[in-house]
Amino acid sequence: MGGFLSMGGHGAYIWPAYGIAVAALGGLLIWSLRARAKVQRELQDRGLDRRARERR
Amino acid sequence: MSRFMALVGRDLRLAWRRPGDAAVVLAFFVLAASLFPLGVGPALETLARIAPGVLWVAALFAAMLSLDRLFADDFADGTLEQLALAPLPLELTALAKCLAHWIVTGLPLAVLSPALGLLFGLDAASIATLTASLLLGAPSLSLLGGLGAALTLGARRGGALLSLLVLPLAVPVLIFGVGAVEALKGGDGVLAHFALLGAFLAGTLAITPWAMAAALRQAVE
Amino acid sequence: MAMPSIHFLANPARFQRFSARILPWLGALTALLWASGLYMALLVAPPDYQQGETVRIMFVHVPAAWWSMAAYALLAGLGAALLVWRHPLAALMARAVAPVGAAYALVCLVSGSFWGRPMWGTWWVWDARLTSMLLLFFLYLGHIALSRAFDDSERGDRAAAVLALVGVVNLPVIKFSVDWWNTLHQPASVMKLDGPAIHPSILTPLLVMAAAYLALLVFLVLLRTETEIGRRRLETAALTGR
Repeated sequence: MGGFLSMGGHGAYIWPAYGIAVAALGGLLIWSLRARAKVQRELQDRGLDRRARERR
Repeated sequence: MSRFMALVGRDLRLAWRRPGDAAVVLAFFVLAASLFPLGVGPALETLARIAPGVLWVAALFAAMLSLDRLFADDFADGTLEQLALAPLPLELTALAKCLAHWIVTGLPLAVLSPALGLLFGLDAASIATLTASLLLGAPSLSLLGGLGAALTLGARRGGALLSLLVLPLAVPVLIFGVGAVEALKGGDGVLAHFALLGAFLAGTLAITPWAMAAALRQAVE
Repeated sequence: MAMPSIHFLANPARFQRFSARILPWLGALTALLWASGLYMALLVAPPDYQQGETVRIMFVHVPAAWWSMAAYALLAGLGAALLVWRHPLAALMARAVAPVGAAYALVCLVSGSFWGRPMWGTWWVWDARLTSMLLLFFLYLGHIALSRAFDDSERGDRAAAVLALVGVVNLPVIKFSVDWWNTLHQPASVMKLDGPAIHPSILTPLLVMAAAYLALLVFLVLLRTETEIGRRRLETAALTGR
């Protein structure tokens, strides 16, 4: 396990590189999901959601 | 053609009536360039090495500074709506305004650059190349800048946004312009750089008027 | 409409039904691809004989670069769809694509920086590809800022569409100029990262990661487009006072 983490001595570069990918893309994912939830909540509050569904 | 020239003449007269606007841009150019010796030290060999890049970047910023007014006044007083309905195609109208901008800003910047070149310890051949590259490159900046100005017409925080839009697009001008002077030191390749600057100008000339006209129509609608 | 065509999704309501059906499956596929891609990249792929373990950075770095560039092409295509065909959904989808493309470009830049440190001995190299990617990142930022700079959202949509089209024409020129600039200034000692051929043991994880990035791109774009449809509906409701 220690060998896996140190990555042949280059762990200090490899893990942050993966870290930024996970942080940036994960952050974008969470932000997008929360934005959608917020919009859907507002649509429901104004009854726009239901009306849209009835129109179908 | 006469309508086109009439529009250029009108913009030039407007600029002539307010010489302060153009003077501020030139003053910014000189000031920005003369801050560099204060920043990196007065050694002339260092300054001569960075001079082409510094002067080009300063000219780029100075040109950006003057661009956000390019269409804004005409937009604010309704002239732009009339221009959009006028017989002259909006593409040519936009081109005329960019030409006027080049005459008022780009041309003086290029004319002023030899003096700054001397302050940076450039030799005569480098100064001539630098001036020529600014002369050939500045019209592209006016065109790309005109597009930025048309796109940001009526936008919140227009000025800073304009720079963010235009500067990445203007990178080739900077690279070929500075490259021409650097190639001089290497001994050859100056003409290749001028050819590339010219090709870029031809490309922007072919594309930006349409894009500007589209952006202006969106603003006027 | 008897034939399925690109206009299938032109109608926002139809798009929403489509995306509601596909999103859970796509989300599961994305998670699966990321899990297996990361597993292969970190545990299965062998260390490179030249670069050692640092080659693993390639698996997050290179796909980000690929899809970031592809997303810009998509952005320009959506811009054309909006300006030429007045496709109602194109504007909303463009708003959804731009932040994802920007995030991919950012991931590419930062992971490239962490790759450069052990490989080149410096955090940042003005390498032609990194520099082009930096400029692409700025083009994305400009697009995002412009599309949100107007009180009238539709004005922002169309201005950003023009910018994306000009950007996509200029992008090869920028790339060319940066390459040109780089050959003038390149110190000869810099090691090239791409070898002549990539070994399958490296290629397979790379392709799986590329698929994972693509799945995430599509997932996020659908999700965010749906959000934009809802947001636009709220705006219209606020304007008409309903």
